[in-house]
Amino acid sequence: MTLRTMIASAALGAALLSTPAVAVEIEYWQYYFEGRVTAIDQLIEQFEAENPDITVKHTHFPYAQYRTKVAAAVMAGEGPDVVQLYYGWLPDFMKAGLLQPLPAEVFDPATIDAEYFPIVGRMKIDGQYYGLPTAVRSLAMFYNKDLFKKAGLDPESPPATYAELVEAAKAIAEHDSAGNLLVAGITATPVAQDAHWWREVLIRQHGGTPYSDDGRTVTYNTPEGAAALHDYTDMFMVHDATEYGFMNESQASFAAQRAGILIDGSFRIGAVQQMEGLDWGVAPLPTQNGVASNYASYWVNGITRGTEGEELEASLKFLEFITRPEAMQLWLDVVGELPARPEVALTEGNLANPVYGPFLAGLDGAQTTEFVNESAQRQIWLDMIDRINIGGVSVEDSLAEAAAAEQKLIDEFHAE
Amino acid sequence: MYDRLTIHQKQAFWAWVFLAVPVVFFIVVRFYPTFDAAWISLTNWSLFREPKFIGLANYKEMFQDPVFWKVFANTFKYLALGLPVSLLISFTVAYYLDRVRFMHGLIRGLYFVPYLTTAVAMAWVWRWFYQPVPIGLFNDALSAVGLPQQPFLRSVDQALPSVLAPAIWAGLGFQVIIFLAGLRAIPETYYEAARIDGVGAWTILWEITLPLLKPTLLFLIVISSIGFLRIFDQVYNMTVDGQGGPLNATRPLVLNIYNSAFVDYDMGYATAQTMVLFLVLLVITIVQLRLLRSK
Repeated sequence: MTLRTMIASAALGAALLSTPAVAVEIEYWQYYFEGRVTAIDQLIEQFEAENPDITVKHTHFPYAQYRTKVAAAVMAGEGPDVVQLYYGWLPDFMKAGLLQPLPAEVFDPATIDAEYFPIVGRMKIDGQYYGLPTAVRSLAMFYNKDLFKKAGLDPESPPATYAELVEAAKAIAEHDSAGNLLVAGITATPVAQDAHWWREVLIRQHGGTPYSDDGRTVTYNTPEGAAALHDYTDMFMVHDATEYGFMNESQASFAAQRAGILIDGSFRIGAVQQMEGLDWGVAPLPTQNGVASNYASYWVNGITRGTEGEELEASLKFLEFITRPEAMQLWLDVVGELPARPEVALTEGNLANPVYGPFLAGLDGAQTTEFVNESAQRQIWLDMIDRINIGGVSVEDSLAEAAAAEQKLIDEFHAE
Repeated sequence: MYDRLTIHQKQAFWAWVFLAVPVVFFIVVRFYPTFDAAWISLTNWSLFREPKFIGLANYKEMFQDPVFWKVFANTFKYLALGLPVSLLISFTVAYYLDRVRFMHGLIRGLYFVPYLTTAVAMAWVWRWFYQPVPIGLFNDALSAVGLPQQPFLRSVDQALPSVLAPAIWAGLGFQVIIFLAGLRAIPETYYEAARIDGVGAWTILWEITLPLLKPTLLFLIVISSIGFLRIFDQVYNMTVDGQGGPLNATRPLVLNIYNSAFVDYDMGYATAQTMVLFLVLLVITIVQLRLLRSK
């Protein structure tokens, strides 16, 4: 620590203890998702009651424009003081220096290491944290109990292994006399979490890894990666258990009771709860070869680089407030996303909850993918599936092409 | 000073004063950005870093990128398919609508309604029309009469025409109205003379109507060509993630530019592609004006 940062931190620490004399307004940005907006509004209300001299202005945009707006605004020195970002965008944002590190006096890295789920460690760069999540998300399997009964399956024992998953999906799928799919056994669409299921769950279950530990080398172009990709594409290419892109969105067919099984994130809980007339359950992701794995992701709250003085103090207070255990419980109740601190998440009550339980259990040993350009990497996945689905390319060849394209992308990112 | 000007000079002075408003507007909003874009296309500017001059590297990268050539070809496919089909349909509609007196206004209004509808809403409705059974209207109809389902948007061959269809449909109202105006502008006396001479309907169409419609046709060809070359809304809203899939089968140049700029934040590369689009539009417009102006 240099002398300058020491003085600055000391001043900051002192300032945090004293109350600012004048009212200060800070701006908080996130993307629009009804539950999240409600949750933040409630947290802001509580925060402002506790800190009457601070006003928090809450701004939200549609998801589609969110990333661009944040990048453009912060680069231009405008925009939010505290901002919510998808963890996968961090490499880009960090490279451009859009975020400032959280001061260790307020957010002690060692304490964060100890109190948060290990996946949050991705936010620590050179020993300093750049953002903290309120909530984390993992994957689990939603299933339609009525469709299970109709197919002669026991709705209380959902598939526990991949082999059972295939059998269940095949049994649930319904076709008309011309062979058109009417009910999908399992969902498979571009608008879903399928890519994560393949990368971090299926590949690992076959003994492979999607990327090297430093995230700089693509390592899925292997027999294990291909076997995992077969697990996914065979559902629609071989087993006739679904059709890729059926009803446009995975959640749409599940809501319409036209899909038996939906693998999705915990953020979907709220939407599924509102689906009328649906008798549904949640189960952990099926294991394979005795291996259980999961993919966890999260949105972090960070402080932008231009924030200083009173705004910085207020922003740090707000960030501290929305990452308290109480805020996390509120987030779970309102949004359905899982607390980022195990002490809040893994309570007996939460673990026994039939809905949250499987997601929370999945957090143990969950993986996060390190992205360099999440949108572009997602497109590489979509193209890979399209080549197999309608391009007449074999799983192995399509996989090799995707691996080459993704490696090129990663190399270019690090070369700059 | 002002008092010593002649009346003509005063007129000229005030003409320039009033003209200054649009001139300034065009310079600031049109010409300056165009020249600035030419400069940006020679830099590596991204949202995340300051621009640095890199010469023609963006253009070099572009011409070596197979995706660029794919979207370049797609762009012309939209034009080559969209222009003749839309003009043929709209002319046919206008030609017969011109003769209809019964509820003429209502029918004309109905053709115009799609033009007023938001492209985004329309694209999404069409996207659902194209879905497989049980939710897709077109495939439900095909299945009902015992025909096999079509993949439409899920096919590398059918996707582009499928995306183009709503664009043509939406633009139809505008083209019909312009054709109708053109048809009405042809003096009735020519037709009377032709009928007195006993000329057939086909000859009247070829020898009188179409030649006299040339200015109308020229206007529509130029405007519609630019429209098809700049197609965006339909593709963005009818393909997964707005990416112009599957496998770039429907991605036009404009969408590629948008992706380079606002997904990859590579402003320099996006601007280089914009310059190419600008040149293409310029050349096509000049060629069309020349071809159709000649006697």
